[in-house]
This record gives sequence, C-alpha cells and structure tokens, in this order.
Amino acid sequence: MTIDEIQQEIIDDFAGFEDWMDKYSLLIELGNEMAPIDVQYKVDENLIRGCQSRVWLHQEYIDGKISFVAESDALIVKGLVALLLKIYSGRTPQEILTSEPRFIDEIGLRQHLSPTRSNGLLAMVKQMKLYALAYEKISTKNN
Amino acid sequence: MSFDLLNIRKDFPILDQKVNGKSLVYLDNAATSQRPVQVIERMNEFSLKTNGNIHRATHTFANKTTEAFEQAREIVRSHLNAAETAEIIFTHGTTESINLVAHSFGNAFIHEGDEVIVTEMEHHANIVPWQMMCERKGAKLNVLPFNAKGELSIDLLDGLITEKTKIIAVTHVSNVLGTVNPIATIIEMAHLKNVPVLIDGAQGAPHFQIDVQTLDCDFYAFSGHKLYGPTGSGVLYGKRKWLDQMPPFLGGGEMIDRVTFGKTTFNEIPYKFEAGTPNYVGAIGLAAAISYLESLDHTLVLKHEQNLLQFASEKLKTINGLTIYGEANEKAGVLSFNIEGIHPFDLGTLLDQLGIAVRTGRLCADPIMDHFEVENMVRSSFAFYNTMEEVEVFYQALIRLKAMF
Ligand SMILES: Cc1ncc(COP(=O)(O)O)c(C=O)c1O
Repeated sequence: MTIDEIQQEIIDDFAGFEDWMDKYSLLIELGNEMAPIDVQYKVDENLIRGCQSRVWLHQEYIDGKISFVAESDALIVKGLVALLLKIYSGRTPQEILTSEPRFIDEIGLRQHLSPTRSNGLLAMVKQMKLYALAYEKISTKNN
Repeated sequence: MSFDLLNIRKDFPILDQKVNGKSLVYLDNAATSQRPVQVIERMNEFSLKTNGNIHRATHTFANKTTEAFEQAREIVRSHLNAAETAEIIFTHGTTESINLVAHSFGNAFIHEGDEVIVTEMEHHANIVPWQMMCERKGAKLNVLPFNAKGELSIDLLDGLITEKTKIIAVTHVSNVLGTVNPIATIIEMAHLKNVPVLIDGAQGAPHFQIDVQTLDCDFYAFSGHKLYGPTGSGVLYGKRKWLDQMPPFLGGGEMIDRVTFGKTTFNEIPYKFEAGTPNYVGAIGLAAAISYLESLDHTLVLKHEQNLLQFASEKLKTINGLTIYGEANEKAGVLSFNIEGIHPFDLGTLLDQLGIAVRTGRLCADPIMDHFEVENMVRSSFAFYNTMEEVEVFYQALIRLKAMF
C-alpha cells in the first residue's frame, strides 16, 4: 500500500466515531498496544524535545528504506506516534519527503499538530523528514 | 461591600462561554486570571479618550495620562499600605521586578563570596535572576528545602543565614504546592541578622491583603495579570532605604536627571527604575483591578476561595491512584496532582475536550518536580469567581476520564 492508501485507511477507521471520546479511546488503545521501544534507543540523543510529552525516535536506513521506531510517555501522543510509524516507517526518503500526515487533520485531531502544542508530534514529523532528506542526499551522491 | 457570586460572574463575561461545546470551567487562574469588565472598560476608555505619553509634554492628553498613571501608583501604594508612592515601581510583571532587584541590589550590595538564600519551592522567576547575579558576582546561592507536606523547613533557616548572607528571596504562596509560607516569621528572623527579604507575591497578592509596613518586607513583587489586571503590568514595592542606594536597572529616558556624554545623573525613585515609556495603560488597568478587588468583601472572598480549595481537595482525594502534591496546613488557590498511569498531558488534553482548563507540565518549577521525582503535574487553581458546581464538574470529569485508561 502507498502512504496515501494507509492514510485513507486510518481516516476510514476513525470516520465511524461520532464522539470525540471514542476517538481518544482508540488512540489510547493504539498507544497501549504499541510495543515499547528498545531501552537502548530510549536515550537523550533520540529524544525529541516537545516540552510536555517526551517522544523518542530512532531510525535505521536499510536497503534504501528508513525504518523508524518511536515511543512517547503520554498515551494519546503514543497513539498518534503509532499511526505516524504505520505511515512512514519502511518507506523510501522520497516517499517520506513528498507526503504530509493529512490524516491527523482529517480525523479531527489537527490541534495535535499545531506548532502551539508542545507535544513533540510536529517536531517528530519534522525530524523524520530531516532524516529522509539526509538519506536522500547520501543516496543521490552514491548514485 | 458584599460577595454575590452570581453578580460577580456577570463582571467576567469571558467565563460564560462554551469551549469544545461544553460550558467553560476555568481552573488555570494561577497562570493568568480573567479580567472584570471594569478593568477592560477603564483601559478602553483611556485608550479611546486620553492617551498621551507621560511626564513629557504640556498638552492636555499628556497631563491627563500622567495624572492617571500617578493615581494608579497611589492606588497600589494604598492597597499595599506602603509608606510613600515613591516606593511603588511599575514593571512588566513579577519576573521583571525580581530581575530588577537581583541586578540592582546585587550590583550595590553583593560581592564575591557573599550568599543569597532562595527556597526549594521557588518559581524559576525567583531562582534564575539570582543565579545569574551570583554567577556574575562570584556569590553563592543557598537553598532552604521543604518537607514532605510541602512546607518550608523553617527550623533550618537560622542556620542557613550567615554573616555572608545578603538577601533572602522567598515566595509568598507556591505556584505548585499552594503552600502559604510564614513570610512574617521569615522576615523577622532575617531582620534579626540584618538581612533584607524579597517576597515573590505573584501567587500571594491575588489572595491576600498585603500590608508591607506591618509585614516589614524589604521588597514585594507581583504581576497584574494574575490579579485580575492586564498582562504586561506589574509592581515592585521596595523600601526607600534600599531603592535609594540601588543603581538603575535599565538606562534610557525618564530615569535620568541630566545626561552629558561625560556623565549622567539619575532621577529620583521611583522614576530611576522606570526607564523608557512604561506600560501606563497596563498600570491604569492594574489599578482598576485593585479597585475592583477592594470593592468586594475581602473576608468573604478569601473564605469562598478557601472553600473551593478545600472542597476540591476532599473530592480529589477520594479518587483512587490520585496523588496531591502539597498538603501544607495553610494553602491558597492551588491544587496540583497526578493520577497514576495517566500522563498529565493526556489528562489536560481530555479535560480541555470537556471545556475544563487546567495547567499541565513542569509549572516553571523544576526543583519541585525533582523533589517529588515526577516529570510533570496537573495543576488546578481557583479564583473567587469559580463555583462549587465547577469543582463538582471537574471532579466528575476526572472520574469519567480515568475510566478511559
Ligand atoms: C510564584 C511565581 N513567581 C513568579 C511568576 C512569574 O510571573 P510573570 O510571568 O507574570 O512575570 C509566577 C508566574 O507564573 C509565579 O507563579
């Protein structure tokens, strides 16, 4: 599936919920289900400073694709992180650079990506794109 | 003078709103309080009819503005019962007031090897300016700790005050723990050893009537925006004997007596410390807020605030897994807590969905977070315009949200 197809799937999953509490409950559930990040990656270098909720992001570049693992100490943020990983992990730099996480807006949780929210999510998206940009440069240099 | 909550709430139309489809419950008063229409109208009227720069011209608007600004100073003086208006300096808020003292008092009186005492429960605004000054001067910052209940370990204070101690800076009310500190005792102990005391009144002034002469504090700092007044306004009260000896903080217009390129002589207090065009609209608004407060029966206001705090504490204590931070015998306005297994950020986000505004995070008090070994807290804080029903709504919301985790 393409990034966009996965996003559409998420949007459809959330579309069924009328009540905001159900949406948040699902995010909390996703957060709870998420496998914890390996402790060796839960280090300061991987910490995305988002003020209130902390997000750790680790990546590896394998066969032209970037795989991400991440975690947050806040459950709602963790749920959103899980969705971001579902979309962006295992993609080529090109794919990551050319798609925006529009699903967050469309499932009605836009406020979580606003720069005024100090939850680290926006910073996480930026960081993933920075990695993509860096690897894209490396791969074009090598070619 | 009276205290009629229904009528009082009419003075705060901002409270009568829906947020995320729910009736707003504003419990973030320690961060900033709401302003009554009397304050907003006074500031609007001034801006619509009178604006002119103060102390600088002979035209009518300038004169009227100067008059209003100096009237505001007198209202503050009278509210604090300061000995003279010259001891009232208008600043942009508590932070600037403390920085002013740390800088100017520090320059005049603090030398290498000297000591300054702060407490473990200070807001960063009453730590960092002292730290910066100590670094500049090669002085040492000593810290008075607090105990498990969140009360200052007063018994340790006497031992902490040495011949090198030049000033003690302590908060009146903790913005995290809600503790009302025994500032009169602290001041008395300090004065026995000739050490002056600065009180950070950011959270104290909104709840208590301060008499700086009875209290005998050397400095008292507070912000307008936490006292039902506008942002960007604030006060530093200082005893003349200190202010006269302190060099200016900022240089510029109004604070000078005569400038030549060789040497500048400075104006008298308070102008010496009010460089540049001050936020006179803010000062006028702050004075209007004080007048508003003075129109209420303070005893009843305080009693209602205490009832809110007590009711909230009793209710929240019944919630399983909820820890309250700060259980001092004397508290005011603030109730901070965590619920086991729920990140404050999540709780704050969900409460907002229910129209309830609280503060979450580190509350500008890292040392308190470290003391309790937590990363964040949730803080609810109450003002006299809050109702018991709102506390009940808050409690019910916590119960409901807790079930989601
Ligand atoms: C105890 C205390 N001191 C100082 C401050 C700083 O006040 P301001 O930001 O208005 O300068 C605050 C505000 O949060 C406070 O609660």
